[in-house]
Amino acid sequence: MQLFRPGANTIATVMIAAIGAAPVLAVGLSYEVMLSPYVTNQNISRNQPVPFSHEHHVSGLGLDCRYCHASVEKARFAGIPPTETCMTCHSQIWTNALMLAPVRESLSKNQPIAWERVHRLPDYVYFDHSVHVAKGVGCTTCHGDVGRMRLMRQAAPLTMQWCLDCHRSPERFLRPREAVFDPNWQAPKNQAEIGPKLAAGYHINTGHLTDCTICHR
Amino acid sequence: MSEVLAAEHPAAHRWIASERADDLAMTQAVADPLFTGFGRRWWVALLITLPFVLWLFGAIGWLFYRGIGIWGINSTIVWGVAIANYVWWIGIGNAGTLISAMLLLTRQKWRASINRFAEAMTLFAVAIAGLMPIIHLGRPIYAYWLAPYPNTMALWPQWRSALVWDFWAIISYLLFSLLFWYVSLIPDLATMRDRTPHRAGQLLYGAFALGWRGSAREWSRLQTLHTTMAALGVPLVCSVHSIVGLDFAASLMPGWQESIFPPYFVVGAMYSGFAMVVVLAAAIRWGLSLQAIITHRHFDVMARILLMASIVMFYSYATEWFMGWYGGEHAEREAVRFEFTGTYAPLYWALLACNCLIPQLLWWPFARRSLFILLPVAIAINIGMWLERILIVWNTLSHGYMPSLWRNFHFTFWDWTFLIAPLGLFAFLFLIFMRLIPSVSMFDMRELAHEEAAA
Repeated sequence: MQLFRPGANTIATVMIAAIGAAPVLAVGLSYEVMLSPYVTNQNISRNQPVPFSHEHHVSGLGLDCRYCHASVEKARFAGIPPTETCMTCHSQIWTNALMLAPVRESLSKNQPIAWERVHRLPDYVYFDHSVHVAKGVGCTTCHGDVGRMRLMRQAAPLTMQWCLDCHRSPERFLRPREAVFDPNWQAPKNQAEIGPKLAAGYHINTGHLTDCTICHR
Repeated sequence: MSEVLAAEHPAAHRWIASERADDLAMTQAVADPLFTGFGRRWWVALLITLPFVLWLFGAIGWLFYRGIGIWGINSTIVWGVAIANYVWWIGIGNAGTLISAMLLLTRQKWRASINRFAEAMTLFAVAIAGLMPIIHLGRPIYAYWLAPYPNTMALWPQWRSALVWDFWAIISYLLFSLLFWYVSLIPDLATMRDRTPHRAGQLLYGAFALGWRGSAREWSRLQTLHTTMAALGVPLVCSVHSIVGLDFAASLMPGWQESIFPPYFVVGAMYSGFAMVVVLAAAIRWGLSLQAIITHRHFDVMARILLMASIVMFYSYATEWFMGWYGGEHAEREAVRFEFTGTYAPLYWALLACNCLIPQLLWWPFARRSLFILLPVAIAINIGMWLERILIVWNTLSHGYMPSLWRNFHFTFWDWTFLIAPLGLFAFLFLIFMRLIPSVSMFDMRELAHEEAAA
C-alpha cells in the first residue's frame, strides 16, 4: 500500500534539517534584530525644535564641547545648555533668524527648549560622564565625529556589549588628558604602546571595570 | 480490552505468562486496543486528571503574576516545594532511561515489557522537573538567560552557578530521553502504520515511522544506534542526578556540603523511579489487560532492585549521620540533631519508615509477587523520597549557621497546589501517551517470545 508520494522523502529530509536549523536561525535572527538600529537607535538623526548643527558650531566656529556641556567634567550628566547659553551669541548675531525663533521664544517665556534626547541609557544603568573624561576617554570616542554631524545622531549602538568592549580593555581608546576634548583626535600609530601607560597613569583598574556594580548600582 | 493473550498462573514461561504468544498475538495484544479505543475507563481517568492540569496552569499563571511570595518560602528558607519537586521529578525520570539503557547493555531481556512506558514516564517527569526551577525563578521571563546565546550584552551564563549546571543537565537529559525513546519506537510506529484502519492514523504513524520497512539492514542499524545511545545514556543518567546533588553539595551549608551527595542522589533517583515504574506497570497491566506480558516475575525483579536501593539509601543516611558526628563540625552535628529532634522530626521519622523500614517487607518472595503489598510499598517509597527531598531543603535552611535567622516553613495553599497538581498533569500526559502509542515495545516482546520459545 502506497501511503506517501515519492516527494514525501524530500519533505521529511527538509523537516529533519529544519529541526536542527530553525533554532540556530531563530537565535541568529533575534541577535541581528537586537543589534539593528531598529532596537539600538544607532545612526538615527532626530528632528529637533531648532535644527542645531554641531558641524557648524564645532568644526566651523571651533567651540569647545564644554562651552555648552558645562558639567561634563564634574557630574554624571554632561548638561544640555540653558537658553541663556545660546543667547550669549544669538542675542548679538542672527537675532532675527526665523530658524532661531524657538530660542527667542524660550527666553521670553522662560521655558526651556524641549530638545529630543538622542542618547538614552536604561534606568538601571549608572553612567557618569565626569569619571570617563577624567580617565582619558574623549568625547568623540563614544559620541562619534560630532564635528561632522548637522543634526545629532547616536554614533554608537550603546549596547552593553559595546560598553563592555571598552571596559574590558580601555587602553585602546585612552587619550592624554589634553586631547580629551579634541573633536578631531585619531588614535596615534603607537596607541598600543602608550595606551597601557596612560591606563596606568590614570590608575584604571581593569580587573574591576567589569564588575556588575560598576554600572548597575 | 484485548484478551488475545490469556495469562496463566503459574506463568508458562519465565517472562511471558501465556503458553502461546506468537508474533501476531503479541502485536494484537498491545496494538489492537489503540484502534478500538479504551472505552469508558480511559475517558473517566482523563476527565479526572483534566482539572488538575487546569489547576496547575492556572496556578502557574497566578505565580507569574504575583511572584514566588505566594509560597511558604521566606528570606531564610529560600527554597521550598518547587525545588523538592524538581529533585523528585528528575528522580522519577531517572528510572526510565536506567531501565532502558542499563538493562539493555546488561542484556536483561525482561526490560522489553516495561521499557517503553518507563521511558515515556521519564520524558514527562523530566519535562515537569524542568518546569520547577523556572517557576522558582524570581523573574521567570529571563529563564532563557541560562542558555549561552549570542546577545548584545556580551554576557555568558554564570558557569559557577548551579542553576546553569541544572539547565544543561535537564536539557541534555530531556533531548536524549526523547531521541532514545523515539529510536526504539520507530519499528512499532511502522507496525501501527501498517495495522491501523484509519487513513489519518496511517499518515500520522507513517510520517513518524520514517519509512521503516523492516529490512535486515534497517534492523541492524537500529540495533547499533540503540546500543550506542544506551552506552551514552548510562553516564548521562548518572551525571544528571549528580548535578542535582551538586546544587546542594556545592554550597557551604551544613547538611548539604557533603561529597556523598552525587552518588546518594543517583541511587535515590533510581529508587523513586523504580517505585514509580512499579506503580505505572500495575496500572498499565490492569488498564490494558497485559497480565500475560507484565508478569509477577517482572514485579519480583523490580522489587529486588527496590530492596537493594533501600539498603543503599539507608547506608547513605547512616553515612551522613556518621560523618556529621565524625567530622566534628559543630554545625554539622547540630544539623543531624535537628533532623532527629527538630521541627520536622516527625516527617524525618516518616521518611526513614517509608524509605528504609517498609521496603524490608520485600525480603519475602510473597511480598514481591503480591501487588497488594508491593504497590503500597512502592507508593510509600515515593512519598518517602519526596519527604527526603523537602527535608534536605528545610532542615538545612531552617537551621543554618546563624541562630537569629532560624525560621520554619509553613505550607500555603499554593505549596499544596504545586505538590499535587503536577501529579495530575503527569497522569494526563501518560493517559494521552497510552492512547496514542503502544505502551509496550512490540518488537522487543516478539523477540523475547521467540527466545522464551513461546512463539
